[in-house]
Amino acid sequence: MTRDEIFAKVVEIVKPFVKNEDALAAVNDETNILEDLKVNSARLVDIILNFEDEFDIEVEDEDADAVNTVGDAVALIEEKLS
Amino acid sequence: MHRVDFGLRGGTMSDDVMRDGSAGGEKAARRVVVTGLGVVAPNGCGLERYTEALRGGVSGIRHIPLLEELKFGCTVGGIPEGVDEISEAYFPPDELLAMNTSHRFGCIAAIDAWTDAGLERPDPDDDRVHWEAGAIIGTGIGGLDTAGERLIPMVDAGRTRRLGSTMVEQVMGSGVSARVAGLLSLGNQVTANSSACSTGTEAIIEGCQRIRAGLAERMVCGGTEGSSHYTWAGFDAMRVLCRAHNDEPEKASRPMSASAGGFVPGSGAGMMLVESLESAQERGARIYAEILGGAINCGGHRSGGSMTAPNADGVQRCIRAAVADAAIDPDEIDAISGHLTATGADPKEIGSWAKGLERSPETFPVITSTKSMIGHALGAAGALESVACVLMLRDRFVHPSINCEDVHPEIELYGGSIPHVVREMPELNTMIKAGFGFGDVNACVIFRRWAD
Repeated sequence: MTRDEIFAKVVEIVKPFVKNEDALAAVNDETNILEDLKVNSARLVDIILNFEDEFDIEVEDEDADAVNTVGDAVALIEEKLS
Repeated sequence: MHRVDFGLRGGTMSDDVMRDGSAGGEKAARRVVVTGLGVVAPNGCGLERYTEALRGGVSGIRHIPLLEELKFGCTVGGIPEGVDEISEAYFPPDELLAMNTSHRFGCIAAIDAWTDAGLERPDPDDDRVHWEAGAIIGTGIGGLDTAGERLIPMVDAGRTRRLGSTMVEQVMGSGVSARVAGLLSLGNQVTANSSACSTGTEAIIEGCQRIRAGLAERMVCGGTEGSSHYTWAGFDAMRVLCRAHNDEPEKASRPMSASAGGFVPGSGAGMMLVESLESAQERGARIYAEILGGAINCGGHRSGGSMTAPNADGVQRCIRAAVADAAIDPDEIDAISGHLTATGADPKEIGSWAKGLERSPETFPVITSTKSMIGHALGAAGALESVACVLMLRDRFVHPSINCEDVHPEIELYGGSIPHVVREMPELNTMIKAGFGFGDVNACVIFRRWAD
């Protein structure tokens, strides 16, 4: 899976939780999931579970805690898949 | 002279001075009105569809294949239809992921009641809070679908880590009122009451009480109950659900009938925007009805009362206390919306109404059971039926109590008071509604059509 493909899937998974549609329209690696996309912090747990299902990986709590931006998520998934 | 029930006005009353239900004999309490309604019912979602179904005696009871598959004695039930479509239009996708059926029903009805009252649904980005508006939204059982379908199986399988973030808010007793607070930006008291099958009626009385006391201007009040076989299973096991009419679902809920064989489980939500008269008039709101009074009590599980049966004396006291609190003559009651579930308790209930309102079979008011069409929605029942009362007062009719062409022999004398088809009542002004619940608890409220 290419990085672009992973990025697109990550955006798709995050999308239902996004409260700021404008930030989503301009999404890039630096986009902060909580601050820019205004995702409710409690829902990060659900996003991580969806990453696990979609990419068939397991994300430990410490790894999940380090995900702040969309780029962080993509990098984490790339690493798990390699 | 011994002290008895507490009415809405908060005073203690004696049998001899029932009329003086107000604290210290003062009548300073603020008047409370209903300015908005919302309903999600098995026979119709939304006010106009519900009204039409009630008028037409349309049953919302259907065969539920899952109940048959799971070997329930009762395989029929009342589940509101079209709720998924409404939910998608009303709620953002992330919130929907955290909303079981009880949440969906309750939140749709609450938003509808709010907007029906002429209030705007607030923008989530608008930080203003309605500090003068709150919510009392009860449930009898709660989010057992979430518990049964996800929480318990996953925890038992050692998959707690995979539960996701939405379990607590879907199973906590106050989950629906909490969500409504966010949807409507409520800043007054936001809570959930629970008193079994009297929950919905009790919520309306409690909201009214809060407004009377000057602690709030507007309260979203009502009840919601999800559609879950886990909720209904315990009642089926008690053999209190109807088993004799599985092959004719629309005829299964038969309050006041000689062939009644237990209640039919229902679900849904009813909500009211209860408001101080002052506030309603100030903002020029359309007023449906005034809540004249109400009372809440418990029979103490004595004199035949128990966890599952009412103490008739408690029921009658509750009715009398509501009339006293409303400061009306019992003769002013034009129609009764009974609790009437289609169990053996129906004839006793009629007897209690006759005693409580001091009526004979000849002078008995019209009496109807909304459950005949929607089944028994447990914690939502009183709210769904109170919404029906206000709609009936608005349009001046009493809906039919279907499936009791064969009136129970013990109440034959009252047969003339039971409408089998819609009864137009151009003079309909005052309705009394009661709900009784497990735990021997009672709630009774009186509505009067608003005359401008």
